[in-house]
Amino acid sequence: MVNNSSIIKLKGIHFAYTDAAPILNNLYFTFFKGDKVGIIAPNGSGKTTLFHLIMGLIKPQAGDIELFGAIMKTEKDFAKVRHRIGLLFQDADDQLFCPTVLEDVAFGPLNMGKSRKEAIDISRRTLSFLGLSDFENRITFKLSGGEKKLVSLATILSMEPEALLLDEPLAGLDVKTRAVITRALTEMNISYIIISHNINFLETTTRKILTMRDGQLITDDQVHVHLHGHAHAHGDVPHNH
Amino acid sequence: MIEEPFVAGNSFIHRIDPRFRVVGAAVFSFPVALCHEFPSLFAALFFSLAAVLFSRLPLKTVFKRLILVNAFILLFWIILPLTYAGDKTIFIGPVPLSAEGILLAAKLTIKSNAILLALISFIATMTFATFGHSLSRLKMNKKLVFLLMITYRYIFVIFQEYQKILRSIKIRGFQPRTSMHTYKTFAYVIGMLLIKAADRADRVFDAMRCRGFKGKYYSLTDFDADAKSWVFISLVCGLTFGILLLEIFIHG
Repeated sequence: MVNNSSIIKLKGIHFAYTDAAPILNNLYFTFFKGDKVGIIAPNGSGKTTLFHLIMGLIKPQAGDIELFGAIMKTEKDFAKVRHRIGLLFQDADDQLFCPTVLEDVAFGPLNMGKSRKEAIDISRRTLSFLGLSDFENRITFKLSGGEKKLVSLATILSMEPEALLLDEPLAGLDVKTRAVITRALTEMNISYIIISHNINFLETTTRKILTMRDGQLITDDQVHVHLHGHAHAHGDVPHNH
Repeated sequence: MIEEPFVAGNSFIHRIDPRFRVVGAAVFSFPVALCHEFPSLFAALFFSLAAVLFSRLPLKTVFKRLILVNAFILLFWIILPLTYAGDKTIFIGPVPLSAEGILLAAKLTIKSNAILLALISFIATMTFATFGHSLSRLKMNKKLVFLLMITYRYIFVIFQEYQKILRSIKIRGFQPRTSMHTYKTFAYVIGMLLIKAADRADRVFDAMRCRGFKGKYYSLTDFDADAKSWVFISLVCGLTFGILLLEIFIHG
Protein backbone atom coordinates (compact mmCIF):
# COMPACT_ATOMS: atom_id res chain seq x y z
CA MET A 1 0.00 0.00 0.00
CA VAL A 2 1.24 3.49 -0.77
CA ASN A 3 2.57 5.56 2.03
CA ASN A 4 0.06 8.41 1.88
CA SER A 5 -2.88 6.15 2.72
CA SER A 6 -1.55 5.49 6.19
CA ILE A 7 -3.71 7.05 8.88
CA ILE A 8 -1.54 6.26 11.87
CA LYS A 9 2.17 5.58 11.88
CA LEU A 10 4.00 5.00 15.13
CA LYS A 11 7.79 4.82 15.07
CA GLY A 12 9.87 3.71 18.03
CA ILE A 13 7.36 4.84 20.63
CA HIS A 14 8.58 4.72 24.18
CA PHE A 15 6.27 5.53 27.07
CA ALA A 16 6.46 5.09 30.83
CA TYR A 17 4.28 6.48 33.59
CA THR A 18 6.38 8.19 36.24
CA ASP A 19 8.25 5.81 38.53
CA ALA A 20 7.13 2.72 36.64
CA ALA A 21 8.62 0.34 34.18
CA PRO A 22 8.09 1.38 30.54
CA ILE A 23 4.70 0.29 29.32
CA LEU A 24 5.44 0.84 25.64
CA ASN A 25 8.93 0.08 24.47
CA ASN A 26 10.19 0.79 20.96
CA LEU A 27 6.73 0.24 19.50
CA TYR A 28 6.22 0.31 15.73
CA PHE A 29 2.79 0.24 14.16
CA THR A 30 1.21 1.40 10.92
CA PHE A 31 -2.50 1.63 10.38
CA PHE A 32 -3.79 2.07 6.84
CA LYS A 33 -7.07 3.39 5.50
CA GLY A 34 -9.50 0.50 5.30
CA ASP A 35 -7.78 -1.53 8.02
CA LYS A 36 -9.95 -3.22 10.62
CA VAL A 37 -7.68 -4.25 13.45
CA GLY A 38 -8.37 -5.90 16.78
CA ILE A 39 -6.07 -5.79 19.79
CA ILE A 40 -6.43 -8.46 22.42
CA ALA A 41 -3.94 -8.38 25.26
CA PRO A 42 -3.78 -8.72 29.04
CA ASN A 43 -4.83 -5.87 31.32
CA GLY A 44 -2.12 -3.33 31.93
CA SER A 45 -0.23 -4.14 28.75
CA GLY A 46 -0.65 -0.59 27.44
CA LYS A 47 -3.60 -0.78 25.06
CA THR A 48 -5.47 2.23 26.38
CA THR A 49 -2.18 4.12 26.72
CA LEU A 50 -1.58 3.43 23.04
CA PHE A 51 -4.93 4.99 22.10
CA HIS A 52 -4.30 8.04 24.26
CA LEU A 53 -0.88 8.49 22.66
CA ILE A 54 -2.39 8.35 19.19
CA MET A 55 -4.90 11.05 20.15
CA GLY A 56 -2.16 13.21 21.67
CA LEU A 57 -3.73 13.13 25.12
CA ILE A 58 -0.41 12.00 26.52
CA LYS A 59 3.05 12.46 25.03
CA PRO A 60 5.60 9.68 24.44
CA GLN A 61 9.07 10.02 25.95
CA ALA A 62 10.55 9.00 22.63
CA GLY A 63 9.39 8.17 19.12
CA ASP A 64 7.32 9.74 16.37
CA ILE A 65 3.57 9.80 15.92
CA GLU A 66 2.45 10.43 12.37
CA LEU A 67 -1.24 11.04 11.62
CA PHE A 68 -2.49 11.39 8.06
CA GLY A 69 1.09 11.71 6.82
CA ALA A 70 2.11 14.54 9.15
CA ILE A 71 4.38 14.25 12.17
CA MET A 72 2.57 15.31 15.35
CA LYS A 73 4.68 17.30 17.77
CA THR A 74 2.58 19.84 19.63
CA GLU A 75 -0.95 20.02 21.00
CA LYS A 76 -1.72 22.31 18.06
CA ASP A 77 -0.78 19.60 15.54
CA PHE A 78 -3.05 17.12 17.28
CA ALA A 79 -5.92 19.59 17.68
CA LYS A 80 -5.97 20.02 13.90
CA VAL A 81 -6.49 16.34 13.06
CA ARG A 82 -8.13 15.00 16.20
CA HIS A 83 -11.66 15.17 14.83
CA ARG A 84 -10.64 12.87 11.96
CA ILE A 85 -10.13 10.03 14.46
CA GLY A 86 -12.91 9.14 16.88
CA LEU A 87 -11.90 7.71 20.24
CA LEU A 88 -14.57 5.86 22.19
CA PHE A 89 -13.66 5.92 25.87
CA GLN A 90 -14.07 2.90 28.12
CA ASP A 91 -16.35 4.78 30.48
CA ALA A 92 -19.30 6.46 28.77
CA ASP A 93 -19.69 8.85 31.70
CA ASP A 94 -16.39 10.40 30.66
CA GLN A 95 -17.67 11.02 27.19
CA LEU A 96 -21.13 12.43 27.79
CA PHE A 97 -21.13 15.77 29.52
CA CYS A 98 -24.00 17.76 28.01
CA PRO A 99 -27.38 17.76 29.73
CA THR A 100 -29.28 16.36 26.76
CA VAL A 101 -28.42 13.66 24.23
CA LEU A 102 -28.86 15.83 21.13
CA GLU A 103 -26.54 18.51 22.50
CA ASP A 104 -23.90 15.95 23.26
CA VAL A 105 -24.04 14.39 19.81
CA ALA A 106 -24.00 17.84 18.18
CA PHE A 107 -21.05 19.04 20.28
CA GLY A 108 -18.38 17.59 17.95
CA PRO A 109 -19.89 18.87 14.68
CA LEU A 110 -20.40 22.33 16.24
CA ASN A 111 -16.76 22.42 17.32
CA MET A 112 -15.81 21.59 13.75
CA GLY A 113 -17.55 24.76 12.64
CA LYS A 114 -20.80 23.29 11.33
CA SER A 115 -23.89 25.46 11.56
CA ARG A 116 -26.52 24.64 14.16
CA LYS A 117 -28.85 23.25 11.53
CA GLU A 118 -26.16 21.04 9.96
CA ALA A 119 -25.07 19.85 13.39
CA ILE A 120 -28.62 18.96 14.38
CA ASP A 121 -29.27 17.21 11.06
CA ILE A 122 -26.18 15.05 11.26
CA SER A 123 -26.82 14.29 14.93
CA ARG A 124 -30.35 13.12 14.17
CA ARG A 125 -29.08 10.93 11.32
CA THR A 126 -26.43 9.41 13.57
CA LEU A 127 -28.91 8.76 16.38
CA SER A 128 -31.34 7.08 14.01
CA PHE A 129 -28.53 4.94 12.54
CA LEU A 130 -27.94 3.58 16.03
CA GLY A 131 -31.65 3.15 16.71
CA LEU A 132 -31.75 6.09 19.14
CA SER A 133 -34.23 8.32 17.34
CA ASP A 134 -36.37 8.94 20.41
CA PHE A 135 -33.42 9.86 22.61
CA GLU A 136 -32.84 13.47 21.49
CA ASN A 137 -34.18 15.16 24.60
CA ARG A 138 -33.27 12.52 27.14
CA ILE A 139 -31.01 13.64 29.97
CA THR A 140 -27.60 12.00 29.51
CA PHE A 141 -26.96 11.03 33.11
CA LYS A 142 -30.33 9.36 33.42
CA LEU A 143 -29.63 6.87 30.60
CA SER A 144 -28.87 3.21 31.30
CA GLY A 145 -25.34 1.87 30.84
CA GLY A 146 -26.06 0.44 27.40
CA GLU A 147 -27.85 3.58 26.23
CA LYS A 148 -24.94 5.70 27.45
CA LYS A 149 -22.52 3.59 25.44
CA LEU A 150 -24.57 3.90 22.26
CA VAL A 151 -24.95 7.65 22.69
CA SER A 152 -21.17 7.90 23.27
CA LEU A 153 -20.66 6.10 19.99
CA ALA A 154 -23.08 8.54 18.35
CA THR A 155 -21.10 11.52 19.66
CA ILE A 156 -18.04 10.09 17.91
CA LEU A 157 -19.74 9.07 14.66
CA SER A 158 -21.42 12.48 14.27
CA MET A 159 -17.97 13.98 13.61
CA GLU A 160 -17.75 11.67 10.58
CA PRO A 161 -14.24 10.52 11.45
CA GLU A 162 -12.08 8.54 9.04
CA ALA A 163 -10.99 6.10 11.71
CA LEU A 164 -12.31 4.87 15.04
CA LEU A 165 -10.41 3.83 18.12
CA LEU A 166 -12.74 1.75 20.26
CA ASP A 167 -11.58 1.00 23.79
CA GLU A 168 -13.47 -2.09 24.97
CA PRO A 169 -16.72 -1.06 23.31
CA LEU A 170 -18.65 -4.10 24.57
CA ALA A 171 -17.52 -4.13 28.19
CA GLY A 172 -20.45 -4.47 30.55
CA LEU A 173 -23.13 -4.37 27.86
CA ASP A 174 -26.12 -6.64 27.38
CA VAL A 175 -26.66 -8.84 24.32
CA LYS A 176 -28.98 -6.36 22.59
CA THR A 177 -26.61 -3.41 22.85
CA ARG A 178 -23.68 -5.60 21.78
CA ALA A 179 -25.63 -6.56 18.67
CA VAL A 180 -26.32 -2.92 17.80
CA ILE A 181 -22.63 -2.04 18.08
CA THR A 182 -21.52 -5.08 16.09
CA ARG A 183 -24.05 -4.30 13.37
CA ALA A 184 -23.04 -0.63 13.21
CA LEU A 185 -19.36 -1.56 12.84
CA THR A 186 -19.94 -4.11 10.10
CA GLU A 187 -22.28 -1.82 8.18
CA MET A 188 -20.04 1.23 8.19
CA ASN A 189 -17.32 1.71 5.67
CA ILE A 190 -14.74 2.99 8.12
CA SER A 191 -11.30 2.00 9.39
CA TYR A 192 -10.98 1.11 13.04
CA ILE A 193 -8.91 -0.39 15.81
CA ILE A 194 -10.78 -2.23 18.56
CA ILE A 195 -9.45 -3.13 21.96
CA SER A 196 -11.44 -6.02 23.36
CA HIS A 197 -11.19 -9.17 25.41
CA ASN A 198 -14.00 -10.72 23.41
CA ILE A 199 -12.44 -12.80 20.65
CA ASN A 200 -15.76 -13.70 19.02
CA PHE A 201 -16.52 -10.02 18.60
CA LEU A 202 -13.09 -9.32 17.12
CA GLU A 203 -13.43 -12.25 14.73
CA THR A 204 -16.69 -10.83 13.31
CA THR A 205 -15.63 -7.19 13.17
CA THR A 206 -11.91 -7.19 12.34
CA ARG A 207 -9.64 -8.68 9.70
CA LYS A 208 -6.43 -8.73 11.71
CA ILE A 209 -5.93 -9.39 15.40
CA LEU A 210 -2.82 -8.22 17.19
CA THR A 211 -1.56 -8.63 20.68
CA MET A 212 0.92 -6.81 22.88
CA ARG A 213 4.02 -8.21 24.46
CA ASP A 214 6.91 -6.43 26.19
CA GLY A 215 5.51 -3.03 25.27
CA GLN A 216 5.23 -3.82 21.58
CA LEU A 217 2.42 -4.65 19.20
CA ILE A 218 3.05 -8.06 17.76
CA THR A 219 2.11 -8.16 14.13
CA ASP A 220 4.12 -11.08 12.79
CA ASP A 221 3.00 -14.60 12.22
CA GLN A 222 4.39 -16.13 15.38
CA VAL A 223 1.12 -15.19 16.96
CA HIS A 224 -1.82 -16.61 15.20
CA VAL A 225 -5.05 -15.87 16.93
CA HIS A 226 -7.85 -18.32 16.38
CA LEU A 227 -10.91 -19.49 18.20
CA HIS A 228 -10.68 -22.84 19.89
CA GLY A 229 -12.99 -24.44 22.31
CA HIS A 230 -11.12 -25.49 25.42
CA ALA A 231 -10.54 -23.70 28.66
CA HIS A 232 -7.29 -23.02 30.40
CA ALA A 233 -5.80 -20.36 32.62
CA HIS A 234 -4.95 -17.91 29.85
CA GLY A 235 -7.67 -18.67 27.37
CA ASP A 236 -8.29 -14.96 26.80
CA VAL A 237 -4.74 -14.28 25.74
CA PRO A 238 -3.45 -15.19 22.27
CA HIS A 239 -1.10 -18.11 22.55
CA ASN A 240 0.65 -20.86 20.61
CA HIS A 241 0.04 -24.55 20.86
CA MET B 1 -30.81 12.56 42.65
CA ILE B 2 -31.79 16.00 41.36
CA GLU B 3 -35.49 15.81 40.80
CA GLU B 4 -37.36 18.36 38.78
CA PRO B 5 -40.94 17.88 39.98
CA PHE B 6 -42.24 21.22 38.71
CA VAL B 7 -41.00 20.99 35.12
CA ALA B 8 -43.93 19.01 33.78
CA GLY B 9 -46.87 21.30 33.31
CA ASN B 10 -48.48 23.49 30.76
CA SER B 11 -49.59 26.54 32.71
CA PHE B 12 -49.32 30.16 31.60
CA ILE B 13 -45.98 30.42 33.40
CA HIS B 14 -44.60 27.21 31.84
CA ARG B 15 -45.22 28.61 28.39
CA ILE B 16 -43.31 31.86 28.96
CA ASP B 17 -39.92 32.15 27.25
CA PRO B 18 -37.42 30.85 29.89
CA ARG B 19 -35.17 33.88 29.47
CA PHE B 20 -38.05 36.15 30.50
CA ARG B 21 -38.73 33.97 33.52
CA VAL B 22 -35.10 34.18 34.63
CA VAL B 23 -35.12 37.96 34.24
CA GLY B 24 -38.50 38.15 35.97
CA ALA B 25 -37.20 36.17 38.96
CA ALA B 26 -34.20 38.51 39.25
CA VAL B 27 -36.32 41.65 38.86
CA PHE B 28 -38.61 40.47 41.64
CA SER B 29 -36.06 38.95 44.05
CA PHE B 30 -33.55 41.76 44.48
CA PRO B 31 -35.94 44.59 45.41
CA VAL B 32 -37.90 42.27 47.72
CA ALA B 33 -34.68 41.26 49.45
CA LEU B 34 -34.14 44.93 50.25
CA CYS B 35 -37.66 45.64 51.57
CA HIS B 36 -38.16 46.24 55.31
CA GLU B 37 -41.78 47.16 55.86
CA PHE B 38 -44.41 44.54 56.63
CA PRO B 39 -47.05 45.76 54.13
CA SER B 40 -44.64 45.61 51.17
CA LEU B 41 -43.29 42.25 52.34
CA PHE B 42 -46.80 40.84 52.61
CA ALA B 43 -47.60 42.23 49.17
CA ALA B 44 -44.55 40.41 47.81
CA LEU B 45 -45.57 37.18 49.53
CA PHE B 46 -49.08 37.53 48.15
CA PHE B 47 -47.67 38.12 44.67
CA SER B 48 -45.43 35.04 44.69
CA LEU B 49 -48.19 32.88 46.17
CA ALA B 50 -50.37 33.95 43.26
CA ALA B 51 -47.54 33.09 40.87
CA VAL B 52 -47.28 29.58 42.32
CA LEU B 53 -51.05 29.12 41.97
CA PHE B 54 -50.80 30.38 38.40
CA SER B 55 -48.12 27.76 37.62
CA ARG B 56 -50.56 25.09 38.83
CA LEU B 57 -47.84 23.22 40.71
CA PRO B 58 -48.47 20.28 43.04
CA LEU B 59 -48.91 22.30 46.24
CA LYS B 60 -47.86 19.45 48.49
CA THR B 61 -44.44 19.27 46.82
CA VAL B 62 -44.10 23.05 46.98
CA PHE B 63 -44.89 22.92 50.68
CA LYS B 64 -42.24 20.24 51.24
CA ARG B 65 -39.62 22.44 49.62
CA LEU B 66 -40.65 25.35 51.82
CA ILE B 67 -40.22 23.26 54.96
CA LEU B 68 -36.60 22.64 54.00
CA VAL B 69 -35.78 26.33 53.77
CA ASN B 70 -37.85 27.28 56.79
CA ALA B 71 -35.98 24.75 58.90
CA PHE B 72 -32.92 26.83 58.18
CA ILE B 73 -34.79 30.08 58.93
CA LEU B 74 -35.82 28.59 62.28
CA LEU B 75 -32.22 29.19 63.34
CA PHE B 76 -32.81 32.93 62.97
CA TRP B 77 -35.86 32.66 65.23
CA ILE B 78 -33.61 31.21 67.90
CA ILE B 79 -30.56 33.40 67.42
CA LEU B 80 -31.99 36.84 66.60
CA PRO B 81 -34.33 37.32 69.62
CA LEU B 82 -31.51 36.28 71.93
CA THR B 83 -28.74 38.36 70.41
CA TYR B 84 -30.31 41.36 68.67
CA ALA B 85 -29.65 44.62 70.46
CA GLY B 86 -32.78 46.73 71.05
CA ASP B 87 -34.69 48.81 73.56
CA LYS B 88 -37.77 46.69 74.02
CA THR B 89 -37.22 43.47 75.84
CA ILE B 90 -39.70 40.74 76.55
CA PHE B 91 -39.00 38.28 79.30
CA ILE B 92 -39.96 34.66 79.04
CA GLY B 93 -39.15 33.43 82.50
CA PRO B 94 -35.59 34.60 83.12
CA VAL B 95 -34.71 34.75 79.38
CA PRO B 96 -34.66 38.27 77.86
CA LEU B 97 -35.87 38.40 74.25
CA SER B 98 -35.40 41.38 71.98
CA ALA B 99 -38.67 42.53 70.40
CA GLU B 100 -36.77 43.95 67.43
CA GLY B 101 -35.07 40.60 67.01
CA ILE B 102 -38.42 38.85 66.81
CA LEU B 103 -39.73 41.34 64.26
CA LEU B 104 -36.57 40.99 62.18
CA ALA B 105 -36.89 37.21 62.21
CA ALA B 106 -40.49 37.55 61.06
CA LYS B 107 -39.46 39.88 58.22
CA LEU B 108 -36.70 37.48 57.15
CA THR B 109 -39.19 34.64 57.10
CA ILE B 110 -41.70 36.46 54.90
CA LYS B 111 -38.97 37.76 52.62
CA SER B 112 -37.30 34.36 52.08
CA ASN B 113 -40.59 32.60 51.47
CA ALA B 114 -41.74 35.24 49.01
CA ILE B 115 -38.51 35.00 47.01
CA LEU B 116 -38.42 31.22 47.21
CA LEU B 117 -42.00 30.88 45.98
CA ALA B 118 -41.26 33.22 43.07
CA LEU B 119 -38.18 31.14 42.18
CA ILE B 120 -40.20 27.93 42.34
CA SER B 121 -42.85 29.41 40.10
CA PHE B 122 -40.52 31.04 37.54
CA ILE B 123 -37.30 28.99 37.58
CA ALA B 124 -38.13 25.53 38.93
CA THR B 125 -40.70 25.20 36.15
CA MET B 126 -37.89 24.81 33.58
CA THR B 127 -35.33 22.01 33.35
CA PHE B 128 -31.87 22.69 34.63
CA ALA B 129 -30.58 22.43 31.08
CA THR B 130 -33.00 25.11 29.91
CA PHE B 131 -32.02 27.29 32.85
CA GLY B 132 -28.36 27.02 31.84
CA HIS B 133 -29.17 27.87 28.26
CA SER B 134 -31.26 30.86 29.32
CA LEU B 135 -28.33 32.14 31.34
CA SER B 136 -25.98 31.75 28.40
CA ARG B 137 -28.47 33.48 26.11
CA LEU B 138 -28.70 36.30 28.62
CA LYS B 139 -24.95 36.72 28.12
CA MET B 140 -24.02 35.62 31.61
CA ASN B 141 -20.35 34.78 32.12
CA LYS B 142 -19.66 31.75 29.90
CA LYS B 143 -17.28 30.07 32.30
CA LEU B 144 -19.74 30.28 35.18
CA VAL B 145 -22.59 28.89 33.08
CA PHE B 146 -20.34 26.11 31.88
CA LEU B 147 -19.29 25.33 35.43
CA LEU B 148 -22.92 25.19 36.48
CA MET B 149 -23.87 22.78 33.68
CA ILE B 150 -20.89 20.50 34.27
CA THR B 151 -21.65 20.45 37.99
CA TYR B 152 -25.22 19.46 37.26
CA ARG B 153 -23.99 16.69 34.95
CA TYR B 154 -21.36 15.20 37.22
CA ILE B 155 -22.74 15.69 40.70
CA PHE B 156 -24.74 12.54 40.01
CA VAL B 157 -21.70 10.57 38.91
CA ILE B 158 -19.72 11.70 41.95
CA PHE B 159 -22.63 10.79 44.20
CA GLN B 160 -22.70 7.31 42.65
CA GLU B 161 -18.98 6.96 43.24
CA TYR B 162 -19.53 8.00 46.85
CA GLN B 163 -22.22 5.34 47.24
CA LYS B 164 -19.94 2.75 45.67
CA ILE B 165 -17.22 3.49 48.22
CA LEU B 166 -19.77 3.40 51.05
CA ARG B 167 -21.05 0.02 49.89
CA SER B 168 -17.56 -1.37 49.63
CA ILE B 169 -16.72 -0.40 53.20
CA LYS B 170 -20.08 -1.67 54.45
CA ILE B 171 -19.74 -5.12 52.91
CA ARG B 172 -16.47 -5.47 54.73
CA GLY B 173 -18.18 -4.89 58.03
CA PHE B 174 -17.37 -1.23 58.66
CA GLN B 175 -19.38 0.35 61.45
CA PRO B 176 -18.82 3.97 62.38
CA ARG B 177 -17.72 4.39 65.99
CA THR B 178 -15.92 7.06 67.91
CA SER B 179 -12.51 5.69 67.14
CA MET B 180 -9.38 6.52 65.21
CA HIS B 181 -10.23 3.74 62.79
CA THR B 182 -13.57 5.40 61.95
CA TYR B 183 -12.04 8.85 61.45
CA LYS B 184 -9.30 7.39 59.32
CA THR B 185 -11.80 5.50 57.19
CA PHE B 186 -13.91 8.61 56.61
CA ALA B 187 -10.78 10.55 55.72
CA TYR B 188 -9.93 7.84 53.18
CA VAL B 189 -13.47 7.97 51.75
CA ILE B 190 -13.30 11.74 51.27
CA GLY B 191 -9.76 11.56 49.93
CA MET B 192 -10.68 8.82 47.48
CA LEU B 193 -13.71 10.78 46.35
CA LEU B 194 -11.57 13.86 45.66
CA ILE B 195 -9.03 11.82 43.72
CA LYS B 196 -11.74 10.11 41.71
CA ALA B 197 -13.42 13.43 40.95
CA ALA B 198 -10.13 14.97 39.80
CA ASP B 199 -9.40 11.89 37.70
CA ARG B 200 -12.85 12.05 36.20
CA ALA B 201 -12.37 15.73 35.37
CA ASP B 202 -9.15 14.87 33.51
CA ARG B 203 -10.82 12.14 31.49
CA VAL B 204 -13.85 14.27 30.65
CA PHE B 205 -11.57 17.05 29.48
CA ASP B 206 -9.64 14.55 27.35
CA ALA B 207 -12.87 13.32 25.80
CA MET B 208 -13.89 16.89 25.08
CA ARG B 209 -10.55 17.64 23.47
CA CYS B 210 -11.00 14.56 21.28
CA ARG B 211 -14.20 16.11 20.02
CA GLY B 212 -12.53 19.39 19.20
CA PHE B 213 -13.46 21.41 22.30
CA LYS B 214 -12.14 24.96 21.98
CA GLY B 215 -13.60 26.46 25.13
CA LYS B 216 -16.96 27.20 23.60
CA TYR B 217 -20.19 25.61 24.70
CA TYR B 218 -23.09 25.51 22.29
CA SER B 219 -26.76 25.60 23.03
CA LEU B 220 -29.28 24.16 20.63
CA THR B 221 -32.41 25.47 22.31
CA ASP B 222 -34.41 28.08 20.47
CA PHE B 223 -36.15 30.67 22.58
CA ASP B 224 -39.26 32.46 21.49
CA ALA B 225 -39.98 35.90 22.88
CA ASP B 226 -43.70 35.98 22.06
CA ALA B 227 -46.41 38.41 23.12
CA LYS B 228 -47.29 36.57 26.34
CA SER B 229 -43.66 36.66 27.46
CA TRP B 230 -43.70 40.44 27.12
CA VAL B 231 -46.99 40.61 29.01
CA PHE B 232 -45.46 38.44 31.73
CA ILE B 233 -42.33 40.53 32.16
CA SER B 234 -44.36 43.77 32.15
CA LEU B 235 -46.60 42.35 34.87
CA VAL B 236 -43.64 41.29 37.01
CA CYS B 237 -41.90 44.65 36.57
CA GLY B 238 -45.11 46.57 37.26
CA LEU B 239 -45.97 44.65 40.42
CA THR B 240 -42.41 44.80 41.72
CA PHE B 241 -42.43 48.54 41.12
CA GLY B 242 -45.70 48.73 43.06
CA ILE B 243 -44.13 46.87 45.99
CA LEU B 244 -41.17 49.24 45.91
CA LEU B 245 -43.46 52.30 45.89
CA LEU B 246 -45.33 50.90 48.88
CA GLU B 247 -42.04 50.39 50.70
CA ILE B 248 -40.84 53.93 49.97
CA PHE B 249 -44.24 55.42 50.86
CA ILE B 250 -44.32 53.72 54.29
CA HIS B 251 -40.65 54.20 55.01
CA GLY B 252 -41.04 57.89 54.31
